[in-house]
Amino acid sequence: MTELSRIRNFSIVAHIDHGKSTLADRLIQATGTVQDREMKAQLLDSMDIERERGITIKAQTVRIDYKADDGHTYVLNLIDTPGHVDFGYEVSRSMQAVEGSLLVVDATQGVEAQTLANVYQAIDADHEIVPVLNKIDLPASEPERVKAQIEDVIGIDASESILASAKSGIGIHEVLEAIVHRLPAPQGDAEAPLKAMLVDSVYDSYLGVVVLVRIIDGVLKKGDRIRFMQNGTVHQVDRVGVFRPGMLPVDELGPGEIGFLTASIKQVRDTRVGDTITHEKKGCDKALPGFKPAQPVVFCGLFPVDSAEFEDLRDAIEKLALNDASFSYEMETSAALGFGFRCGFLGLLHLEVIRDRIEREYNIDLITTAPSVVYHLYMKDGEMSELHNPADMPDLTHVDHIEEPRIKATIMVPDDYLGDVLKLCQDRRGIQQELTYAGTRPLVVYDLPLNEVVFDFYDRLKSVTKGYASFDYQLIGYREDNLVKMSILVNDEPVDALSMMVHRDRAEMRGRAMVEKLKDLIPRHMFKIPIQAAIGGKVIARETLSAMRKDVTAKCYGGDATRKRKLLDKQKAGKKKMRQFGKVDIPQEAFISALKMDG
Amino acid sequence: MAEGGTSAGLEPWQVGGFGLYLHWPFCQAKCPYCDFNSHVVAFVDHDRWQRAFLSEIDRIAEETRGRILTSVFFGGGTPSLMPPALVGAILDRIARHWTPANDLEVTLEANPTSVEAARLEGFRAAGVNRVSLGVQAMNDADLKHLGRLHSAEQALSAVETARDLFERVSFDLIYARQDQTPEAWREELRQALALAPDHLSLYQLTVEEGTAFGARLAAGKLKGLPDEDRAADLWDITQEETEAAGLSGYEVSNHAREGAESRHNLIYWRSGDWAGIGPGAHGRLTHAGTRYATEAPRAPGAWLAAVEGQGHGESAREALTAEARDEELLLMGLRMSEGVDLGRLGPLRDKLSNINDLEDDGLIRLTGERLQVTPTGRPVLNGVLRALL
Repeated sequence: MTELSRIRNFSIVAHIDHGKSTLADRLIQATGTVQDREMKAQLLDSMDIERERGITIKAQTVRIDYKADDGHTYVLNLIDTPGHVDFGYEVSRSMQAVEGSLLVVDATQGVEAQTLANVYQAIDADHEIVPVLNKIDLPASEPERVKAQIEDVIGIDASESILASAKSGIGIHEVLEAIVHRLPAPQGDAEAPLKAMLVDSVYDSYLGVVVLVRIIDGVLKKGDRIRFMQNGTVHQVDRVGVFRPGMLPVDELGPGEIGFLTASIKQVRDTRVGDTITHEKKGCDKALPGFKPAQPVVFCGLFPVDSAEFEDLRDAIEKLALNDASFSYEMETSAALGFGFRCGFLGLLHLEVIRDRIEREYNIDLITTAPSVVYHLYMKDGEMSELHNPADMPDLTHVDHIEEPRIKATIMVPDDYLGDVLKLCQDRRGIQQELTYAGTRPLVVYDLPLNEVVFDFYDRLKSVTKGYASFDYQLIGYREDNLVKMSILVNDEPVDALSMMVHRDRAEMRGRAMVEKLKDLIPRHMFKIPIQAAIGGKVIARETLSAMRKDVTAKCYGGDATRKRKLLDKQKAGKKKMRQFGKVDIPQEAFISALKMDG
Repeated sequence: MAEGGTSAGLEPWQVGGFGLYLHWPFCQAKCPYCDFNSHVVAFVDHDRWQRAFLSEIDRIAEETRGRILTSVFFGGGTPSLMPPALVGAILDRIARHWTPANDLEVTLEANPTSVEAARLEGFRAAGVNRVSLGVQAMNDADLKHLGRLHSAEQALSAVETARDLFERVSFDLIYARQDQTPEAWREELRQALALAPDHLSLYQLTVEEGTAFGARLAAGKLKGLPDEDRAADLWDITQEETEAAGLSGYEVSNHAREGAESRHNLIYWRSGDWAGIGPGAHGRLTHAGTRYATEAPRAPGAWLAAVEGQGHGESAREALTAEARDEELLLMGLRMSEGVDLGRLGPLRDKLSNINDLEDDGLIRLTGERLQVTPTGRPVLNGVLRALL
């Protein structure tokens, strides 16, 4: 157990690419926590996908022992929080677990929208915040301008910002000293009943679920019988320990400390982020505030391209769900795609991460159907039901009205692209809330329907602003609108996997874009294929894919027979990558590509 | 033209004919679109090649004793670079082994350069009775693009020389070239037909991997090739013009006056038997109901070494499965207007899919056991085959 006055707990708030992971690596290295030869870039991002995308999906922690200039040795606990809006709740729990934050801002770029969202989370958690201006050694760095921007936009004092370059090791010592002297020590009572927050958890095939905890009051020891207050489940603790960043067992964890416990827990599902852990007997009577159950906001269907792989897909999804309580799934049957799963995600990034992991780690080719948000259907009889899948839309005569989720989107963009961003938001049924300036950069706040954002809004935003915009959002509630289900018919057969909910006023435009896209995506067949978009029985857009006109091998003589036969076998194998709808083969990528809008 | 007929109890060589294919692998220059087994060398030891060819002919004769020979075909490479005496020696040896059909066809592929045209007389004297000239285009600019060494004028004169010497003359043209308009192709085709050949091979330019064109296409430097619709228009023009001239398409890319079809190529398309002799040559030989696919080493030196060292020039001899045999029968047979006798099929006979749909769409015609791809279906034959198999 460490004395409270010698503990400092902190997180790092930064925009992607502003150097959060590099700074964390430097802090770990400078204190000798990890030997140089064990260093690999971005120590804390352990999954391939995390490293590749430069994002953090799971909260991770590392304990650093630092001998400060005052001669005392301090225990510094860094929690690396997930860095994406999809994981807003997880971020808020991580923030609650620490007392202070380093705000890392790229001195050549300035504050970005995503930085804002996370820094507000830190302010909400009453953090002491130490601004760190990174990449200070680059010629394009403008520390004074960025300091002014931090004060202007975020409203915190930036006069004592630390000038650093994580890459070159500049300012690392100053950062460590600031953590010790500017951040507050945690508070807590070792004599009080155990009260610990479940910050996150990961599955380990040897140890079972490894639970990341912050001790508020009391002491946690090996052998303790503990209770998860939300779940009501009881476990016996196998081991407690800290991350350095590898797992190191310790005898006990006391107030203010951050570490892990294992208790032969089989499923991550049984450990809910934000839950309170106490002793089975003589436990605390009040749980920590702020717990929220995971709430998926985006749903889509995942189907195996090869229907024979359904059981493999079930296996993959079940395994992933064990380690991800925020990911939900249920079996789905599609007339067009056969057996698959309707899955719920925290957001689009979460969806992509899960999809990539299934394809990569389990080697299953997937068809991903149109992502959909959760609609609230208010029926004539006064009942409300949730609609996760447009294919399940009931007969309209029973529906009184439909509500859809709305978000508050915060976008920062250079002046040059402001017009394009405003147009994009207006086109997506946005209502402007604010247009202010963060220093010299416009800051736009829009109220937008989530269904206009889930699919390709971020891609479009990046493309119209050449990557200079930053974007963040939060759900703000449900609102009624004139929403209809649009069906797509290929060769006169409805393809349920392509149906979607759209605003009535946007239906023609979306329908036209969809059928035009599909015309390009579906290869020509031996016959002509009508492709239609319809609302109810009414066709609102139509294209015709002409029949194949030319596909024949010009030369085929004695020496070509073998080669031609092998080519045909290959084509037969390639056909398996397509799904047949009636007589029409639709390639798997068509389901997602058809939804991408160019405007 | 003769019907393939039904085949009860007959060997493939009796139904589809029996032929010899001889591969001469050398060229003066490699053409940028050509993916055939061809090589450019400074010196060829003709005596050594002659010994190797004769030795292979003796070997094949041993295993095909008693068959009637339908055709001999000298292909390449550029067989018109062979000394006529070598061609003569090969044909003499063949005549010693097999009984020729009454209408034995002996074809030699030739390039229409003046040098090679001058040798045509020698080839006739050696026993060649049909030549196939690689004209490829009727204007100098396109000939240059295609990497050909002859001019349009030389080609015309070669065709005339050939017509004077041989009863049967065919020539090749390549269309769907870069920036070729439908009007220009129609005009060019009319010029070709005006030369009154009895057989024409009209190939759409196909860019193959591993050729100079393939590399240029991959690098985005081969521009102006027709898209599918333009290619289909060019195909339609080809059919219109050849039919108007009385040379209907008896196969995807081959057009002939009635009776002037290439008997040799019909062996391939009718799944007859043929021996492939020479570097890289493929053969199909059926013995006691088993059909064998043979292959030879592709490199000229390797083939010579195999013949001289191991006594035969085969690098592989594989017994085809019944399914593979059926697939070939369809792949090859449906290229012809005469189609395929389904009675010749084994296990695939009852496994063909989509026959009714394809028939409803006017792409195939089934008359009794005879399955034919219609003129509408032929330009999309690959699609028809994918649907059927």
